[in-house]
Amino acid sequence: MIEIKNIKKSFGKNEVLKNINTEIKKGDKVVIIGPSGSGKSTLLRCMNLLETPTSGSIIFQGDNITDKKSDINRIRQRMGMVFQHFNLFPHLTVMENITLAPVKLNLQTKEEAEENALKLLERIGLGDKKDEYPSMLSGGQKQRIAIVRSLAMKPEIMLFDEPTSALDPEMIGEVLKLMKDLAEDGMTMVVVTHEMGFAKSVANRILFMDEGQILEENNPQDFFSNPVHERSKEFLSKILYNI
Amino acid sequence: MTKLENFINSFNKTFIVEGRYKLFASGISNTVFIAFFATLMGIAIGIFIALVKTNAKDNRKLFILDKICSLYVTVIRGTPVVVQLLIMYYVIFVNIDNSILVAILTFGINSGAYVSEIARAGIDSVDKGQIEAGMSLGLDRKKTMIYIIFPQALKNILPALGNEFIALLKETSVAGYVPIIDLTKAGDIVRSRTWEPFFPLYSVALFYLVMVVGLTAVQKRLERRLSESDRN
Repeated sequence: MIEIKNIKKSFGKNEVLKNINTEIKKGDKVVIIGPSGSGKSTLLRCMNLLETPTSGSIIFQGDNITDKKSDINRIRQRMGMVFQHFNLFPHLTVMENITLAPVKLNLQTKEEAEENALKLLERIGLGDKKDEYPSMLSGGQKQRIAIVRSLAMKPEIMLFDEPTSALDPEMIGEVLKLMKDLAEDGMTMVVVTHEMGFAKSVANRILFMDEGQILEENNPQDFFSNPVHERSKEFLSKILYNI
Repeated sequence: MTKLENFINSFNKTFIVEGRYKLFASGISNTVFIAFFATLMGIAIGIFIALVKTNAKDNRKLFILDKICSLYVTVIRGTPVVVQLLIMYYVIFVNIDNSILVAILTFGINSGAYVSEIARAGIDSVDKGQIEAGMSLGLDRKKTMIYIIFPQALKNILPALGNEFIALLKETSVAGYVPIIDLTKAGDIVRSRTWEPFFPLYSVALFYLVMVVGLTAVQKRLERRLSESDRN
């Protein structure tokens, strides 16, 4: 579904991604983990060109999206993205947040979009919040609505950029649960996260990154019990602590 | 003569004799007319410049336009509006007879420089994540601006924008430097006829005050409407 070929990305002199190669297949649940500053968020943001790679190419469903001639707006309609800080539109109600893009892009009529949005909201148990503004919601509710907002575009793949890092501990579960449901429905997902439990139970592939490189690409069972790379071992020993 | 008779007499001289109220009325109408269209022009110029400036950061093609805009803002903010008006009327548009039109252009161009700075601050005040969220949904830059950034920016800058339009309304009081009878000039003419400064000048001040209070009320209503989403 997404082929990532020789991606490099520099911010000024700082080389954040050094020659990344990987492929996301349809139905994959890929979790990217690694220490802060390892380039995992940048890699994710390159996949929908929120960051433009300095060199290399990204092929999405056969289209080279790094080609200047490709219509990136059209391609982004097929890729959902969820952010650490939710980025709901504060001036719009929950319903308007969800229906804005499908309606303004003429993909659905207002009625269709609202019907669809209501179905999605009811699925996550927030149907009664449709006319409220984001400022009245909890962090967990905001993030679940942000996920639903992306789903309303009927994307082929969902990108998650540390979706639970800004949440109160009590709210993390409800967001991970929704993501797990999505995974079980067969959605192709790429998730940058520090939630190792989620990685273990949902991912079919783990990418471990450090200093702009993918150091290990493994299935979760082997990655967590028998990591191959020295750096992965060190990282895991530090985060899976027992006090 | 009693004080009351004096008062009535002065009122009479200021407003009734020779139908002077008509002079005030046409003065008010000219002031409002100039201020209204200058405001519209100021908004149009201001938004245009703010867009050029915010987009120039990542679009090299706008480099020259950006520099021209900066020069415009510097020149306009660096010179008094009366001087600008005189230059416009006596030099640049010397062939245009319509002095009201020249005044609208002058005050509109003047206001645009100030609005551009306010609008730019407003656009910058919106979290960058909002643009990213819009783009990630597949909205292009223009739609992201119109539906996501502008409404939030407008809310943030409404108090500053209100100030600017109140200032603009009052600044039009120098329009009388060229052949225009605005409200201030109307009062001045009446004063020179009656030789009694009290009534004409206080009346002029009062008329401005009423207009500004009205504008402030409109601004407050708008602010209330836009802050509907802040309820907690």
